[in-house]
Amino acid sequence: MSALLEVEELQVTFGGRTAAVRGASFRVEKGETHCLVGESGCGKSVTALAVMSLLARGGHRSAKRMSFAGTDLTSLSDREMARLRGNRMAMIFQEPMTSLNPAFTIGSQMAEVLTRHKGGSRAAALDRAAELMGRVGITAPGMRLGQFPHQLSGGLRQRVMIAMALMCDPELLIADEPTTALDVTVQAQILRLLANLKREFGLSILLITHDLGIVARVADHVSVMYAGEVVERAPTAALFRAPQHPYTRGLLSCVPVPGRVQRDKPLGSIPGVVPAIGAGFAGCAFRSRCAHADETCARAIPRREAGDAHDYLCRLEPDWAELQPA
Amino acid sequence: MTAAIEVENLRCEFRVRTGLMSAEKRVVAVDDVTFSVPAGSVLGVVGESGCGKSTLARMVLGLLKPTAGTVLVDGRRLFDLDRKARARLIQPVFQDPFASLNPRRRIKDIVALPLEAQGTFSRGEIERRVAGILERVGLSAAMGERMPAQLSGGQRQRAAIARALVLEPRIVICDEPTSALDVSVQAQILNLLADLRRDLGLTYLFISHNLAVVEHVASEVAVMYLGRIVERNETDALFRSPRHPYTKALLESVLTPEPGKGVPDIGLGDAMPDPANIPPGCRFIRAAASRSNAAAMRHQRAWSGLPREW
Ligand SMILES: Nc1ncnc2c1ncn2[C@@H]1O[C@H](COP(=O)(O)OP(=O)(O)OP(=O)(O)O)[C@@H](O)[C@H]1O
Ligand SMILES: Nc1ncnc2c1ncn2[C@@H]1O[C@H](COP(=O)(O)OP(=O)(O)OP(=O)(O)O)[C@@H](O)[C@H]1O
Ligand code: SF4
Ligand SMILES: [Mg+2]
Ligand SMILES: [Mg+2]
Repeated sequence: MSALLEVEELQVTFGGRTAAVRGASFRVEKGETHCLVGESGCGKSVTALAVMSLLARGGHRSAKRMSFAGTDLTSLSDREMARLRGNRMAMIFQEPMTSLNPAFTIGSQMAEVLTRHKGGSRAAALDRAAELMGRVGITAPGMRLGQFPHQLSGGLRQRVMIAMALMCDPELLIADEPTTALDVTVQAQILRLLANLKREFGLSILLITHDLGIVARVADHVSVMYAGEVVERAPTAALFRAPQHPYTRGLLSCVPVPGRVQRDKPLGSIPGVVPAIGAGFAGCAFRSRCAHADETCARAIPRREAGDAHDYLCRLEPDWAELQPA
Repeated sequence: MTAAIEVENLRCEFRVRTGLMSAEKRVVAVDDVTFSVPAGSVLGVVGESGCGKSTLARMVLGLLKPTAGTVLVDGRRLFDLDRKARARLIQPVFQDPFASLNPRRRIKDIVALPLEAQGTFSRGEIERRVAGILERVGLSAAMGERMPAQLSGGQRQRAAIARALVLEPRIVICDEPTSALDVSVQAQILNLLADLRRDLGLTYLFISHNLAVVEHVASEVAVMYLGRIVERNETDALFRSPRHPYTKALLESVLTPEPGKGVPDIGLGDAMPDPANIPPGCRFIRAAASRSNAAAMRHQRAWSGLPREW
């Protein structure tokens, strides 16, 4: 397999102060679904936006390597990047309203994506839009195409975003929490659609989600982020069977499962909050919350191998303690 | 005891144009919904995407005028209350935090606004309360200094929750309040909501697609489908023995964290209902029919076994 997207030591800062991403590395292979998980605010969306060259003003990115299908993304001009974006690599944003224009109908926004990149008539583009809306489970696409974003429910907007991202048959789809506004039956339909596209057309997907049920069911590989770093990378089965990083173990132990919820008890969570990471921060960012922290955790932390394509960032040896989540 | 929220025969229609040439259609977003939420309890609302949950929430909040039906909050019509009293009584957490936070104000000013609007809190009291609630939702003081666009999705969602809770209102309408949070931060927020409910007797209307979350927080659950409540039951009973086929379909579609199991195909996908063109009879049958005739028949029977008003 060859990597479609390769990111090595990505750094992103805002206004020179906030270090949102601190040396994240991962690769998305051709035709695979790679999931990015991690605590709220750990840098998942910023990582995705950095890859797409869509960082907000004040955001600065640097990377040892960032390539898409062999092209070095850091060397592309704005125009070259704009030609890729929405076309060969498309993104579904976390909050649909940030990227849908309230002043235009759904139909005109969807058609514009296709005509801009591939030409063709507006009528043909609208047909394609209607077809894709059907595939993401939107009935009466004709009516929806003529509506404005505020007239749609949260889940309809999210599905419009998904359909819009698929307009140009991208090779890489970056999906940032694409199903949070969908009920589980529609969610299942969308996930199956993505799996079909992956199988039929070799679509590669970088999927950001905090739903570990989705991760378990659709991911080939998983990268776990914490405070701007990728702290563990593993094939999906290995991650769930033998998580190594204490953060990963903590996270997995918090997942509530319907039917097994204990109603009178508080839900499990990882105590504490992510520390403010300033310039010159060294050592493990999880140490203020880690039950296994000792003084060596304030120094440089080794990346350890725990198996095939499985590594993690921690002072502890693989399979420390029993494999029970901490 | 008066119910905290009492909704009777609530209906909401939208008129939409389906094309330049075609006539207007009516979308029935909420159709004849009746329920009441006792003070100090939590009604969980789950349901299909687009079935009218947010529309229902907006009507309860008095932000949208129902086409028909009545809403009583704490035994009164919201329209009879002035804005300050209304704010102390009921607060929303909206589904899309980005759209509901003023992009030009700092987070701590946004959270302070409900307190300032009351006109009765001193500067010091406001600062103290804002700092307290930001900490409880897991946002540092530094986050309070930022603009909404400078936060992550989940941080914005927590800011919206802080704004809703800062006045300690009696009732909170939560529309997907934790959808952008990882499981650990989500647990922190849900535990906070549970604490407030225990300590201050708050009442919540809690809309969510996450069934495990609903199971944990709700005393009672209403399942909506195409504008109607198709099943309502006490939480334990609903999860133990769901009766409506749509509820069953929901529970079957939950993705537990078990690798290798794939995504279940319960075959609902191709026949999502169209709210502008609702089929007669059971709203679910058309969708169920796409599965197989036998299944549809089973569902038909299951459906007709339910009490009339459902
Ligand atoms: N424009 C900005 N200016 C300053 N800081 C920012 C900006 N955008 C994001 N950040 C910060 O960078 C960090 C990473 O944000 P990011 O949006 O990537 O988080 P995330 O992992 O996607 O979280 P969530 O799961 O909550 O969406 C956060 O702490 C956030 O506050
Ligand atoms: N302002 C509006 N104009 C026209 N139609 C609208 C308007 N607001 C909502 N609708 C329609 O009403 C129906 C119900 O929408 P609502 O937002 O209540 O759904 P929901 O249950 O909250 O869905 P979701 O889970 O996707 O957020 C949808 O078909 C939607 O398109
Ligand atoms: S390096 Fe130390 S603090 Fe960090 S996760 Fe490992 S044991 Fe815990
Ligand atoms: Mg994000
Ligand atoms: Mg909604």
